[in-house]
Amino acid sequence: MRRATELAAPVVLVLATALLGLAVSSALQTYFLDTLVKVAIVVALYVFIGNSGVLSFGHISFVALGVWTAGVLTVPTAEKPAIMPGLAHFLLHAHVGNAVSLLLAALVGFVFAFLVGLPLMRLSGLAAGIATFGVLEITNNVLRYYEKIGPGLNAFSSVPQTTGIWQAAIGALICVGLAFAYQRSRFGRMLRATREDAAAASAAGISIYRQRLLAFALSGALAGLAGGLYVHLLPIEIDSLYLDLTFLTLAMLVVGGSGSLLGAVVGALAIGGLDSFLSAAENGVDVVGIHLNLPTGTALIVIGALMAIILVLRPSGLSGGRELSLPRRRPRPAPAAAEPAPR
Amino acid sequence: MTLGFLNLSWQTLADALALGGVYALMAVGIGLVFGILRLVNFAYGQLVMAGAYALAYSSVWGWPSWAGILLCFAVVIALNTAMDRLVFRPLRTQSPAVMLVATFAVAFLLQSIATLSFGQLGQIASALAPLNQPWIIDGVAIRKIAVVSVAVAAGCLLLLQLLLTRTSVGLQMRAAAMDFRTARMLGVRANRVIGSAVLVSGVLAAVVAVMLTVQNPLVTPTFALDDTIVVLAGVVLGGLNRPVSATLGGFAIGFASGILGGTLPTNQSQYLPTFLFAAVILVLLVRPNGLFARGGTTAERV
Repeated sequence: MRRATELAAPVVLVLATALLGLAVSSALQTYFLDTLVKVAIVVALYVFIGNSGVLSFGHISFVALGVWTAGVLTVPTAEKPAIMPGLAHFLLHAHVGNAVSLLLAALVGFVFAFLVGLPLMRLSGLAAGIATFGVLEITNNVLRYYEKIGPGLNAFSSVPQTTGIWQAAIGALICVGLAFAYQRSRFGRMLRATREDAAAASAAGISIYRQRLLAFALSGALAGLAGGLYVHLLPIEIDSLYLDLTFLTLAMLVVGGSGSLLGAVVGALAIGGLDSFLSAAENGVDVVGIHLNLPTGTALIVIGALMAIILVLRPSGLSGGRELSLPRRRPRPAPAAAEPAPR
Repeated sequence: MTLGFLNLSWQTLADALALGGVYALMAVGIGLVFGILRLVNFAYGQLVMAGAYALAYSSVWGWPSWAGILLCFAVVIALNTAMDRLVFRPLRTQSPAVMLVATFAVAFLLQSIATLSFGQLGQIASALAPLNQPWIIDGVAIRKIAVVSVAVAAGCLLLLQLLLTRTSVGLQMRAAAMDFRTARMLGVRANRVIGSAVLVSGVLAAVVAVMLTVQNPLVTPTFALDDTIVVLAGVVLGGLNRPVSATLGGFAIGFASGILGGTLPTNQSQYLPTFLFAAVILVLLVRPNGLFARGGTTAERV
């Protein structure tokens, strides 16, 4: 019962966002789609950062690889030479459908995160933070200039835009479901134990390295999937897969509360909603009769300030690091005290 | 003219030394604050950016360069102090990871404010341009700023070393960096020590702002952002436990970056960050506590 209600809250939130997205005009729907993809990214971040307590600045590189995988494989073969003139020969004729491209994006994210994690998961603390930052820098640098595997600096145009509201919602739900299953599994629990007390956890026989590596690879897979969803949503380019997105998704995780899945989803939806609203307002928007036209760049200022304020006032985030569940019914002090309390 | 054995030109070497000097200064500023507050300040680059804007605008307004430099120092120090009071002081009891994320937030906040108020395109700080002229020695063009940066960096490091070893506030700073709680019990005033560390790091940021602006007069909202990332990597690479090792790390990464930039063939020079960060990751794997850290296995504090 308790288990179900904990999963219910994030799922309901995602579904509610999707339904709301169906109700609005198609111009506004883009914002909802974008936010749902962000939910997937933040949940991917949460799987590693939330459960292990180790900071990673490198996850956007897995998203970028997902974008590249799904993008390169779904651009129509006839248009590939125009969009990606330097593309390697074996990629020129490769073409897969929507679902396969998403699976492959997740697979590439998984494999890359696993390979990167093999050496990196030995590190912790600041060294881990800087090393994952290094991964982001390297991936970004290579994808930006190595035109045999993608469009380089150009945007991914001509990718079929299959990420509608249902694909975005289902993708986000898959991430939420897998994250939940993982954190409930013995592996997730072992990793959380290492987060709380590394020494005690190792003394109990848990290999910190292996548990972190597993979480890192899983979150890499989810991030890759999110990247696949992203490239099917809009013609994305390498510049939008760098520091700004890293900052935005980390802000979402921190504002929501990195200690719980609910926090990740709430943070992504709250900041995503705010970001969407402010970006819309930067282009001019009417709210209850008042015409708002904010200067470009307001969104990042408000989000940066909000993140700093929340960190100062409530370091464990909006959710306080807890999942939402119905209060457990206390067994009444019944006269027949020998009977075990019902579960 | 080249150093034959490594295919290195004196030009590359001089530029690498200059870059190493500037990065070493940034590394001291970051390392000093880390030593005392356990705070890795990602927003350090935005301090430098603010100082650079002060220089740019003062040259737009036609101020003499000494007034511009003065304004630069005032802006950077004020901003650094405000940052410490408003954000870092309330977070002092949090884990370094939380503080790192907080400085990340501050960095983006400042950068967006700069974008909003000064625009994407940037300003040119022309008043200091004469320093960028080269001296030609034996066919090698050595820009004056290269010499000035190395000299200023060495001077600042020397002064800092004197401050840390010969004055009582320096002694207190070193004590606080070793063990903050014990230092407080022995009568070191926490806020005084932290205040002076923040002040010194602000001064260093202002110096860096002046030198970077001379080398690269176009000031944009992302000014010094890439440099900060590289220096942060260098500082962790060198070892954050002592200011000296952090400084050496900063110098090493600046020097390596300059050498790589000068020796990579043109068709590979765009991959400079890849080579640099691959090296950083490799070193961190071999020596997670830092390249120049003292031996012994100190437990990770983060």
